[in-house]
Amino acid sequence: MLELSAVNAFYGRIQALKDVSIRVSAGEIITLIGANGAGKTTTLMSVSGIVRPASGAIMFEDRNLNEVEPDQIVAAGISHVPEGRRIFPYLTVQENLDLGAYLRRDRAAVRTDLEYVFELFPILSQRRHQPGGTLSGGEQQMLAISRALMARPRLLLLDEPSLGLAPLIVQQIFEILGQINRENGTTIFLVEQNAYMALRVAHRGYVMENGSIVLTDDSTVLLENAQVKSAYLGV
Amino acid sequence: MNYFLGLFVSGLTRGSIYALLALGYTMVYGIIELINFAHGEIYMIGAFTALILASVLSIAGLDAISILVIASLVAMIYSAAYGFTMEKIAYKPVRNSQRLSALISAIGMSLFLQNYVRLAQTSNFLPFPTLIPRFGFLQQLTFQVTSAQFVIFVTTTVVMILLTLLIKFTRIGKSMRAASQDKTMAMLLGVNVNRVIALTFIIGSATAALGGVLISSFTGQINFYIGFMAGIKAFVAAVLGGIGSIPGAVLGSFVLGWTESFGAGYISSDYEDVFAFAILVLILIFKPSGLLGRPENKKV
Repeated sequence: MLELSAVNAFYGRIQALKDVSIRVSAGEIITLIGANGAGKTTTLMSVSGIVRPASGAIMFEDRNLNEVEPDQIVAAGISHVPEGRRIFPYLTVQENLDLGAYLRRDRAAVRTDLEYVFELFPILSQRRHQPGGTLSGGEQQMLAISRALMARPRLLLLDEPSLGLAPLIVQQIFEILGQINRENGTTIFLVEQNAYMALRVAHRGYVMENGSIVLTDDSTVLLENAQVKSAYLGV
Repeated sequence: MNYFLGLFVSGLTRGSIYALLALGYTMVYGIIELINFAHGEIYMIGAFTALILASVLSIAGLDAISILVIASLVAMIYSAAYGFTMEKIAYKPVRNSQRLSALISAIGMSLFLQNYVRLAQTSNFLPFPTLIPRFGFLQQLTFQVTSAQFVIFVTTTVVMILLTLLIKFTRIGKSMRAASQDKTMAMLLGVNVNRVIALTFIIGSATAALGGVLISSFTGQINFYIGFMAGIKAFVAAVLGGIGSIPGAVLGSFVLGWTESFGAGYISSDYEDVFAFAILVLILIFKPSGLLGRPENKKV
């Protein structure tokens, strides 16, 4: 479904991505783990068209996303939940969700999806008319995921959904990610520092160091890998 | 009492015109954090467009009301085209460089447009026809309200209400608010931010042009330089209300209008501009975020 081949990206003169190749098949949850500054966020930003690679191809189905505008990438079926959630603080929860469905014209289906996200995260329907900025961290993450789901994406990009959240909330959010994948067949590309949680929910994983992919395998294998264990799982 | 009411009405009229202009400043600032110094020139170009049209249409023998409506609409469209083009050639190329570059570009644009109109038209004051007819019911009031003042106030109110509805309830309005809060996130949701910015310039320029037409038909004369002072005053109003805030711009405009007219009426009309700028200095000292502005909180 999504295939990055030999992608190189730069921030000024610093190379953020070095020959990154990642494949995501339809229906999968894959995770990209790595330390701070490894290039994980840049990888997602290049899929969304915010960062443009210097070379390499990013193919989504049969289109090379390198030349597609960010809004058209969303229209193609890719939604991005960025690092730090980026809720619009002065818009209400409802308005944040409305913007998630910005490109959609099928009003009735949008209403169904709204009910669906309220079912996934009932707290959001209670907070509906509150400004997004007044929500707690966990609620903001739920809103960010819901907002992305409102576009009815086929591929969901998630950047560090566990960042700064209590372990119990992280657990809940990861369970729901698994549920979204199973119920709707939404493909998920998850970037995480919390390697253990990420590998538990994902089918396959990639390990990134200094802008390069150093390891890839099924998550169950990665969870047992000595290198991964010592570097990312803390065992 | 009648003297007071007269000053009140004159402040209201000034405030209305400032509000039509200040909206453009504040909306543009809200989205791209640029003080568009050429905004006053758009207002001046609106007035000139209406003057040319009014001359042509009165030769064609139309009545004053039709001329006013047609001239205003055409001036708004024409000025909107100017605003749109200005953004494309003077601001978009420097959008990702330092803020100072865009500011200098704006000042350049302002000087360019002033001198372009001076060369294309004339540097003399030109008489502007009174397009607003006399309304009989205003004569019965004990204090003086001219028809032009009445039309200016009513038009401004209608424009404000429409704009508020647009921003609050429509899809376009939501995308504008989203882009002003977080442009990258808006892009990630499929908002075409370039289009939103262009639209902001179009709306701001159209309301500025409307202000230009109305005030010119009140004062009765225009030249290439009218946009400069009006632009600066509207900028003061926008800062006073809290730049980036639309209700703030309206409130700031009326406060400024009343300060000027009461100051001129009760103290001295020689110091009219002094009152405007004194209020700017005071607000910058005591409440830099403006009356209704949000305190600056930088994201980490």
